Amino acid sequence: MAEAIAFYTLSILILGLGVAVITTPRTVHSVVFLVLNFLCVAVLYVVLQAEFLAVIQILVYAGGIVVLYLFVVMLVNLKRQPEEHQDPRRLAKVGLGLTGAMLLELAAIVVYSYSREPSSVTAPSPAFPVQGNIEQLGWLLYTDYLIPFEVASVLLLVAMVGAIILARREL
Amino acid sequence: MLDTLVIPLLKIVVLLNAILISVTFMVLMERKVIAWAQSRLGPMRVGPYGVLQAIVDPIKLILKEDITPVKADKMLFSLAPILSLVPALVAFAVVPFGGDELFYIADINVGLLFFLSVTSIGVYGIILAGWASNSKYPLLASLRASAQLISYEIAVTMTLVSLILTAGTLSMVGIVEAQLADGVWYGFVQPVAFVLVLIGALAETNRVPFDLPEAETELTGGFHTEYSGMRFSLFFLAEYANIIVISAVTAILFFGGWLRPFPNVEALAFLDLIPGWIWLFSKIFLFLYLFMWIRATLPRYRYDQLMRIGWKLLIPIALANIVVTGIVKVLV
Repeated sequence: MAEAIAFYTLSILILGLGVAVITTPRTVHSVVFLVLNFLCVAVLYVVLQAEFLAVIQILVYAGGIVVLYLFVVMLVNLKRQPEEHQDPRRLAKVGLGLTGAMLLELAAIVVYSYSREPSSVTAPSPAFPVQGNIEQLGWLLYTDYLIPFEVASVLLLVAMVGAIILARREL
Repeated sequence: MLDTLVIPLLKIVVLLNAILISVTFMVLMERKVIAWAQSRLGPMRVGPYGVLQAIVDPIKLILKEDITPVKADKMLFSLAPILSLVPALVAFAVVPFGGDELFYIADINVGLLFFLSVTSIGVYGIILAGWASNSKYPLLASLRASAQLISYEIAVTMTLVSLILTAGTLSMVGIVEAQLADGVWYGFVQPVAFVLVLIGALAETNRVPFDLPEAETELTGGFHTEYSGMRFSLFFLAEYANIIVISAVTAILFFGGWLRPFPNVEALAFLDLIPGWIWLFSKIFLFLYLFMWIRATLPRYRYDQLMRIGWKLLIPIALANIVVTGIVKVLV
């Protein structure tokens, strides 16, 4: 019961803050709302008993990446008005299409998860040789999910190299 | 009800008051230490040897007029001091002042990461204060602050990985218990990590020689130029609370927390007569003194030197330290 209350309160907060992020006219304000949004998501992870994920969410997103956003927003002059002769409805159509696709996908997930056998949902979790949240996560990352984990790090490395090349063309 | 609500709340009230009172006396201590370092007397007028200055200063700050600049962003201008103080106080939640459950608020299995993530939120106070002031120098200071804090946060976090490898746990209580089991303070096992964390702590608390965000000689006070009265003192509180919490965490991680010196030597068992929290408090006090000593001794770095030290020196050493620790851990 308490979990349900926490979940719905957090969901309302997360969605409300998300709307605030895209409707606030001042960019710095929307970055602040984004930070609050990330903090609420971290609390949601705590409710789901994924403490490690929650702390990493705060450390990486709220404490690192959004600080960089703020850095860029403050450096770049954003007082420029949007271009006059652009059809605002053209973007609205694209947005509508994307929203429709998103809703379809969500509906498909809901239908799929309810149509499955309930026994498969509570399948026995794999036996861990280690105890604890962090230990189990580390175990999975370095055994079953080793290749996706390494691919992800290579991807990040490529992105970093690309950013450096873009930043200084004469190396 | 009593165990889950009343006692933790009481602990929080006691801890918060202790922090706020010790901050006021820390300001006095800093003025005295720096005065002695420069062959001066420091505050002498209020009370014997100026001791009551610690009480008079906060009263002055509370009574001062609170000015909000006309062109400031009102909401963020008042939010920023709070945003910088609250994380510093929340970080105390995972700091154990003793092995008994009475001496800490929470012992969570991701304690050290919780500490790192909560303190990383504190940078928003500084950035938003500089931006919301709508003034030239505070904005420059907050840009500097964000770059500096991110750089040194990476270095400190990477350094702590090697300590976590040594201890085998992320819980703060667990790390001290691991030091008791190993019979050695981790400052002696991981001297490189200790030095790196100390440098990173100076940078993250914006202390000399890394006090570029508030460099008063170039930026007229830095990010809090436009602040006055109680809001200014909130930044002050945040800075000193941060110094206390980072000293406490360094003492816990590298100097055995509430353990006596040489916890494995039986002949020194009489030292256990002194309660653990006194040991921890004296270690914290030594670190506070070290911070002030450094402030009285070193000049400020230039900005490019600061960035070079962070990215080209501290981070590579931290990475090498992780590798070496891992190899030793596998071999031994």
